Amino acid sequence: MAVVSLRNVGKVYPPTTKDGASVTALDGVSLDVEAGDIYGIIGYSGAGKSTLARLVNALERSSSGEIWVNGQNIAVLRERDLRQVRLGIGMIFQQFNLLGSRTVARNVSYPLEVAGYPKEQRAARVAELLDFVGLADKAGSFPDQLSGGQKQRVGIARALATQPSILLADEATSALDPETTHEVLALLKRVNAKFGVTIIVITHEMDVIQTIATKVAVMDQGRVIERGPVFDVFSNPQAAASARFVSTVVKGVPSPAELAVLRERHGGRIVTLAFRDSAVDQRAVFGELSRAGVAFEVVYGGINEIQGRPFGHLTLALTGADPVIDQVLAHIRTITSVTEVR
Amino acid sequence: MDTLIDLLPELWTATYETLYIVALTLFFGGLGGLLVGLGLYLTRAGSILENKPLFFVLNLLVNFIRPIPFIIFLAAAQPLARAVTGSGIGNNAIIFTIALAASFAMARIVEQNLLTVTPGVIDAARSVGAGPIRIIFTVLLPEALGPLILGYTFIFVALVDMSAVAGYVGGGGLGNFALQYGYRQFNPIVTWAAVLLIIVLVQFVQFLGNYLARKALRR
Repeated sequence: MAVVSLRNVGKVYPPTTKDGASVTALDGVSLDVEAGDIYGIIGYSGAGKSTLARLVNALERSSSGEIWVNGQNIAVLRERDLRQVRLGIGMIFQQFNLLGSRTVARNVSYPLEVAGYPKEQRAARVAELLDFVGLADKAGSFPDQLSGGQKQRVGIARALATQPSILLADEATSALDPETTHEVLALLKRVNAKFGVTIIVITHEMDVIQTIATKVAVMDQGRVIERGPVFDVFSNPQAAASARFVSTVVKGVPSPAELAVLRERHGGRIVTLAFRDSAVDQRAVFGELSRAGVAFEVVYGGINEIQGRPFGHLTLALTGADPVIDQVLAHIRTITSVTEVR
Repeated sequence: MDTLIDLLPELWTATYETLYIVALTLFFGGLGGLLVGLGLYLTRAGSILENKPLFFVLNLLVNFIRPIPFIIFLAAAQPLARAVTGSGIGNNAIIFTIALAASFAMARIVEQNLLTVTPGVIDAARSVGAGPIRIIFTVLLPEALGPLILGYTFIFVALVDMSAVAGYVGGGGLGNFALQYGYRQFNPIVTWAAVLLIIVLVQFVQFLGNYLARKALRR
C-alpha cells in the first residue's frame, strides 16, 4: 500500500509584485511511495522537488490535487489537525535547522515534548536515539560545537524521535563533503532497514540516488518526467534530463565531441554495446569477436552496479575485414543491443 | 560643593525616583514592545500567523509614533495619560507615557531580533507538530534571547533619557534634579553630580546586559 500518494498535485505561488506573474512550482504531479521505499526525487534547482517534499508534511499547502499520507488526504486538513499528522512524518534539512539554544539531547527531545511524552520516557528515548546515531557522548554539547555530519545525525535522531513511519530528507547531504555524505546516507539506509521507515530523499545529486534509493522520480519544471526503479532509470533513461543526471555518475555512451576524439585515436569501426544485468553475458559477446578473428579494444564506458545489479555501456573499436565485422555484429545483436557510431 | 552636600537627601530621592520610573517603564514598555514586536513579526508576509491587514496597522502605528520627539509626545499623550492613570502629571503619568513610547520603540528592536532567527528552525519545529504559541516560547524567544537582552539594554538607556524630562509634568528623578537644582540655580557641580550618577547607572546596566547576553549566546 502506498503510504504517500500524490494525485494531480499543483502548487502555484502568487505573484510577489503587483504586475508579476504567478509561479507554478508543481504542475499535475502524481506519485506513489510504497511502505519501505527509499524514494529518491531528483531535479535541478527550481524543478519543484523541495516544494513537493514540503507538501507531504504540509509545511506548505497545495493549490490543487490530493495528498494522501497514511490513508488520509491531508490537503483538506486544517492546520490544527495537521499537527497530529506531522508527528508521523520526520523531516531533515539541508541546513540541519537545529535549535542553537538547546543542547543536542534537548534538540532530540523537542518533538517528544511537543507530542507530550512524560519526562522519564523522553530521557530514555533520547539516550536510545543518540546511541543509534553514534552521538551518545555529545548529549550535552550545543549544535555550534558539532561538525556538519554530526549536526545532520542529530537532525536524524530528532526526526526519528516520535517513531514516524515516513522520513523526508530535503537535500539532507547537500551541505556535506563526499565522505560525510556517505556516512549520513549509510545511516539513512540503516534507518530504513532497521525501523522500516519509508524515506523520501530530495536531492540534486545522482550519486545520492545511486547510493540509497530504490525508486526514483526525475523532476523538471514542476513535473515528474520519469519514474521507476532506480536500476531501470539508470540503465535505460528515457527522458533527456534523466540521461543527463545519469551521465553525472555513469560513464555511458560517448558524446559527439568525445566520439570525435575517439575516432582520431583509434582506427576501425566504433560500436557501443549495452550490458544490463546478467541478461547479457560479456563472455558470450567477446567470445563471438575472438572466434571471428576481429581485434577489439575497449575505448569508452564502464560497468556500474545499482543494488547489486550490474549494468553499463562499453564502446569498442573493432579492426578487421568489413564483411566479417558485419557478420559478427549480426550475431551479437541477438545477444544485446548494438549501436554503431559513424 | 556645600550646596551639593546640603542637597544629598534630594539627590538620593531623585536617584530612587529615576530607578522607580525606569524599572516600571522597562517592565511595561518592555512587555508592550515584546507584544507589538511579536505581532509585527508573526503577521508579516510569509510568517506563521501571516495577517496582512493587522501587520499594516501595527506597522503604521509604530512608524507613526516612533519619530515623535518624546517631549512633544509627552504633551500630546497627556489626555490619554490622564484617562488611564487618573492624572496628567506626576510620576504615574510619566511612567505611562514613557512605557507607551518605549513599547513602539522596543517593538522594532524585538521585530528585528526575531528576524535573525533562521526560518529553517521554525520549519523544523512545525515539522514535529509545534503550534504557534509553542514556537514563540520554545523557538523564537530562546533563539533570539542574546540579541533581545542587548535590545533591552539599549532601550534601558533610552528610558533613562526619556525619564529626564519628567520634571516638565511634575515628575521627579535625576533629570529633574539636575535641571531644578543645577541648571536653574547656576550650579554646574550639582548638574554634574546628577550626570555622574546617571553615567554610573547606565554603565552598570550595560555591563550587566552584555554579561547576560554573552551567557545567552554562550560566547
